[in-house]
Amino acid sequence: MREPILQLEQVVKHYAEVVALGGIDLSIWQGEFITLLGPSGCGKTTTLRIIAGLEQPDSGRVLLEGRDVTGVEPNRRDVNTVFQNYALFPHMTVEDNIGYSLRLRKRPRADIRRAAEEALALVQLEGYGRRMPNELSGGQRQRVAIARAIVNRPALLLLDEPLGALDLQLRRQMQIELKRLQKQLGITFVYITHDQEEALNMSDRIAVMRAGQFEQIGTPAEIYDAPRTSFVATFVGNANLLHGVAERVEGDTVVLCRHPGGCVPVARRGAPVAQGQPLTLAVRSEQVDIALLGDRSDCAGLRGVVSEKSFAGGMLRIAVQLADGQTFTVSRHGLNSALEPGDAVSLNWAPESAVLIDLEVSAQ
Amino acid sequence: MKGTAAGRPRRGKNLPLLLMLLPIYLTTLLLVAGPLVYMLLLSFLTRAEGWGVHYVFTLDNYLKILQPVYLNTFVQSLKLALLCTTLIALIGYPFGYFMAKLPPKWRGLFSFLLILPFWTSSLMRLYGWMIIFRANGILDKLLMAASLTAEPLRLLYTYPAVAVGMVYVLTPFMIYSVYSSAEKLDWGLVEAARDLGATPLQAFFTISFKLTLPGLLSGVVLTFIPSMGLFFIADILGGNKVVLVGSVIQEQLLKTRNWPFAAALSVVLMLLTTLLIYLYRRITKVRDLEGLI
Ligand SMILES: Nc1ncnc2c1ncn2[C@@H]1O[C@H](COP(=O)(O)OP(=O)(O)OP(=O)(O)O)[C@@H](O)[C@H]1O
Ligand SMILES: [Mg+2]
Repeated sequence: MREPILQLEQVVKHYAEVVALGGIDLSIWQGEFITLLGPSGCGKTTTLRIIAGLEQPDSGRVLLEGRDVTGVEPNRRDVNTVFQNYALFPHMTVEDNIGYSLRLRKRPRADIRRAAEEALALVQLEGYGRRMPNELSGGQRQRVAIARAIVNRPALLLLDEPLGALDLQLRRQMQIELKRLQKQLGITFVYITHDQEEALNMSDRIAVMRAGQFEQIGTPAEIYDAPRTSFVATFVGNANLLHGVAERVEGDTVVLCRHPGGCVPVARRGAPVAQGQPLTLAVRSEQVDIALLGDRSDCAGLRGVVSEKSFAGGMLRIAVQLADGQTFTVSRHGLNSALEPGDAVSLNWAPESAVLIDLEVSAQ
Repeated sequence: MKGTAAGRPRRGKNLPLLLMLLPIYLTTLLLVAGPLVYMLLLSFLTRAEGWGVHYVFTLDNYLKILQPVYLNTFVQSLKLALLCTTLIALIGYPFGYFMAKLPPKWRGLFSFLLILPFWTSSLMRLYGWMIIFRANGILDKLLMAASLTAEPLRLLYTYPAVAVGMVYVLTPFMIYSVYSSAEKLDWGLVEAARDLGATPLQAFFTISFKLTLPGLLSGVVLTFIPSMGLFFIADILGGNKVVLVGSVIQEQLLKTRNWPFAAALSVVLMLLTTLLIYLYRRITKVRDLEGLI
């Protein structure tokens, strides 16, 4: 039976009237790479600070390796943090920064040296020990911050947007290195980002946050393919949302209709759906079939008019305006598409490509 | 240091601006360096009978400082300065440090209260202390009313009175100096230290104190030399019992009219200042005197 290395139970945190965390629950497993993903101000940093002990929750409990550490000082927790701005000590050399925690523990000098050198090697900064932090590039500082946080082999490593300040290329490279490091050390990582691609790339699990609550916690595949709420669907991977009414239920497929506009299918995935129930579905732009209206014999699908074509990130994006004015995005690989703005089109997709969301909300 | 070099604007680009500012630089230099050079010259000249100097080179002025009576003054004055500076640091450091930790609106209020006394002349404020310290003054009355002492302490015109006056006048400089250093301190660094296993006290001494040391040391420089020189404090609160180097300079300059000797004394004081600043730079490794200004 696996024990969670960290558990948050109904953690609440207010700053004056602001509710930073509205009673969150979270279990993190040994060796896991879990990412907190969410927009600015949703409470990611607050969550991390409460885990580190730098902030006290108003109510709720924090359990570390089964032990209740709520109220325990940060220096007495087996947790280290890589801060968003690195927080390197400017008056110490790189080596002294890394050896800081070991010096506090009164470890012999030779040991500290060796440990610092090993940590530097792990982040591929051999020979930088004598430099001062202000003599390093942003990427190097970030590595030193990581080396300083892992030198003690904490049970849990907290990383607050560690790659936020780096350019795209360095970001990609550091993502790979961080992942390698995590595998190599077997340390549990709690990682913060508001970059959904980074979260999908690196995590074993993603916890999507919104306004001090977890909106959905799951593997990247679950979050991406089966978002449970409209917030998750749009925040991760920019899905199209469509409101409508369940016209009929055919086995696992629900036919969702919108007037005016048309009807589209969506897989029910076991959710109980009654005829006439208002529903919302999410579908990703690359899953949507688009065809000129005259070409289709069955005339099923959503009808609309192409309003715009643009090319971005290797994808052709076609914006389609539906009959009631909502804009739908369709994307295709490559540049060639016969469609032009003004063309009347119909949109359709396989039932499994779409997912019903906000079921809890609409059930109320 | 590569890091700092890259951050500075390159000289060559600003040449026209430099030319425009040249007159200002020259005037300032003349006004600041001129008197200094004059004083240095003066200290090697011979005193004339009555008024002025003879342009005859001598080292007598410096040798005269070594006479027991003057040397003793120097030592006494140094001791007082050391005592005052220590007291000022002990009061001013915590005050300035915690002031920087206050919420902004409280910080503003404290800064204001600190500046307030400077709106009146420090002489006026020292007369206030006279009223407090004099025999059967406010302090004596209070102490006797509380039955802590049976007789008046007669604190006025004593060494402690001078020390209190010095501390009173100079502490704001220490507070400001520490405050401006502590204000720049990134509290995130203290949190990082705590996160890495430091107790609050360990975090203070390894991080906060080290990083506010420039403020403390510049406060020391700002208070140590004045506490050897502020003769009016010694005059008002010490009568003729406590003689500072500053008192001797004033006396030699205005009463005895021995300008060369006064100049030599001033040069020695300046050398002491320079030594302090040198030590300050060695300890804090600050290259420019940013922390002092
Ligand atoms: N010290 C504080 N005092 C007052 N309010 C705070 C404080 N720290 C955070 N908050 C508020 O709590 C909420 C959550 O903040 P938090 O820093 O956890 O956000 P975040 O998810 O980390 O955002 P970002 O991605 O911008 O870093 C925000 O509304 C913020 O304004
Ligand atoms: Mg944050």
